[in-house]
Amino acid sequence: MNWISNYVRPKINSLFSRREVPENLWTKCAECGTMLFHRELSENLNVCTHCDHHMGISPRARMETLFDGGIFVEVDVPKPITDPLHFRDQKKYPDRMKAAQKKTGEAEAMLVVEGEMGRTGIVAACQDFAFMGGSMGMYVGNAIIAAAQRAVELKRPLILFSAAGGARMQEGILSLMQMPRTTVAVQMLKEAGLPYIVVLTHPTTGGVTASYAMLGDVHIAEPNALICFAGQRVIEQTIREKLPEGFQRAEYLLDHGMLDRVTHRTQMRDELITITRMLLKQSPAIKGDLPKPSTDETSVETNSAK
Amino acid sequence: MTNYLEFERPLAEIEGKAEELRAMGRDNEDMDIEAEAKALDKKARALLDELYAKLTPWRKCQVARHPDRPHCKDYIKELFQEYTPLAGDRNFADDHSIMGGLARLGDRPVVVIGHEKGHDTKSRIARNFGMARPEGYRKAIRLMDLANRFGLPVISLVDTPGAFPGKGAEERGQSEAIARSTEKCLQLTVPLISVIIGEGGSGGAVAFATANRLVMLEHSIYSVISPEGCASILWKDAEKMREAAEALRLTAQDLTTLGICDQIIAEPKGGAHRDPKSTMQAVGQTLAKLLDELGKKKPDSLMKDRRQKFLDMGTKGLAS
Ligand SMILES: [Zn+2]
Repeated sequence: MNWISNYVRPKINSLFSRREVPENLWTKCAECGTMLFHRELSENLNVCTHCDHHMGISPRARMETLFDGGIFVEVDVPKPITDPLHFRDQKKYPDRMKAAQKKTGEAEAMLVVEGEMGRTGIVAACQDFAFMGGSMGMYVGNAIIAAAQRAVELKRPLILFSAAGGARMQEGILSLMQMPRTTVAVQMLKEAGLPYIVVLTHPTTGGVTASYAMLGDVHIAEPNALICFAGQRVIEQTIREKLPEGFQRAEYLLDHGMLDRVTHRTQMRDELITITRMLLKQSPAIKGDLPKPSTDETSVETNSAK
Repeated sequence: MTNYLEFERPLAEIEGKAEELRAMGRDNEDMDIEAEAKALDKKARALLDELYAKLTPWRKCQVARHPDRPHCKDYIKELFQEYTPLAGDRNFADDHSIMGGLARLGDRPVVVIGHEKGHDTKSRIARNFGMARPEGYRKAIRLMDLANRFGLPVISLVDTPGAFPGKGAEERGQSEAIARSTEKCLQLTVPLISVIIGEGGSGGAVAFATANRLVMLEHSIYSVISPEGCASILWKDAEKMREAAEALRLTAQDLTTLGICDQIIAEPKGGAHRDPKSTMQAVGQTLAKLLDELGKKKPDSLMKDRRQKFLDMGTKGLAS
């Protein structure tokens, strides 16, 4: 890369996020037990080719599958004060953070990006369940506010992918305050007349569900995703009753009127494009993706120079 | 009869002895026990001062949950006139864990909303221990809407262990109801003042406490999770609630340092339940003062200031 392309062209995240994985790696599906080739699995967006079980997928990998050509640019998120309570349980909070950063290669539990989906400008925010259970602390709050502000600035829809075990307990009340803070972010979008679409992925629970994840113009969930406020164990202890099959799963919520749609991950991109373009009163999209950026840098630069 | 908390046991012994002595004195008129009883009273007062001068966070949780503490119903009776309860969410049910309606504070008509825990087994069950279902939040949304349309200030009295974790509550959209209630708080163009009178339990509290001013009683708490819940998740041992209460920084004093609580109302020595009337009157005076102050603001800035207050949280005034 020469200095011009370095300066002019924003970093293409997908290039850096693609980790080299040995071709002969196998993953066992937790649902049906089928052994799946790593390559086959990632080409199917981490959905089991045998039983359609939706496994976890990193925010970067997900964004790569959604944006045209897999190209997106990260939106800056203001960094909050670290460890405001000096919280310590069995481990120190900063140590838990470091471990999560090492495990995921990410700074925090939410990635905010902008790019084009079916040639429609989109801002997207994606929560990372692998990072401390996707828990909502001050960073996640800042990320959603930054995403909303960027969407308003660019007059683009915001698509938010939720995934969290709940609030970040290590930030105490400050994590709880992200419920109203992120609600203000949603209000910014609504008052600007911009679509706010929530894609609820497995699992979305607790305070996250009870704030920005349930305030979308459209709610789409991935199949069988667990979506709830209170956990099943807590409910069973409280009401002393066995819960029905499929309770709090995406299809159950769809039945109970909490979701608009349950959509397979491989159809998500097309569906998001269709919906956003209609909400923006744009013409129907030309379906299909642009060619993926090649890992060979020169060809990518030629692509993006067009 | 006083209900003593576990850490008040030494106090219970002294006060019990004084009571016994006085009973004996009543039976035997020739016995002079008053001097001795008075000495015990003095000792009890000193011990009470000592115990309450430095309550640990876990002890504060216990005081905040004290069964004799004045509850929402008591405050409404003591402070408001012409209280006219308004019921139902117009959808499914009326949630008895949430009280709410029109009332006057002094001459001023307001909408008052609050969690009610109940005071004995029967009323606790009827009130579901102050744990609201979606209908409760939807009733609150309806009442806030009403207040907004007629320009009435909203006062919320927060006292809940949290939203109810139940099958029906989940099926009818507990998450959505809480989210919408918080959203409604942030849309109001009338003053919204919230007082945490006991327990501010997580999202169930946020749904009403997203206010222009958050006032907390001296021994009230406000937390993202109960100390017991936090202990069982992070310590894998629910018995570590003392450590969790400490780490969560959930007391009114901590929350003031963190820029969440705007004002603390002092409680009588030994907690609100030792003198409910004076506690409630102090809350009434604070409410009147805050309503005067917020009443001077324009509707639009009431909403904008409230939103900005939450956007600024964690960025300003955080002593690190
Ligand atoms: Zn499978």
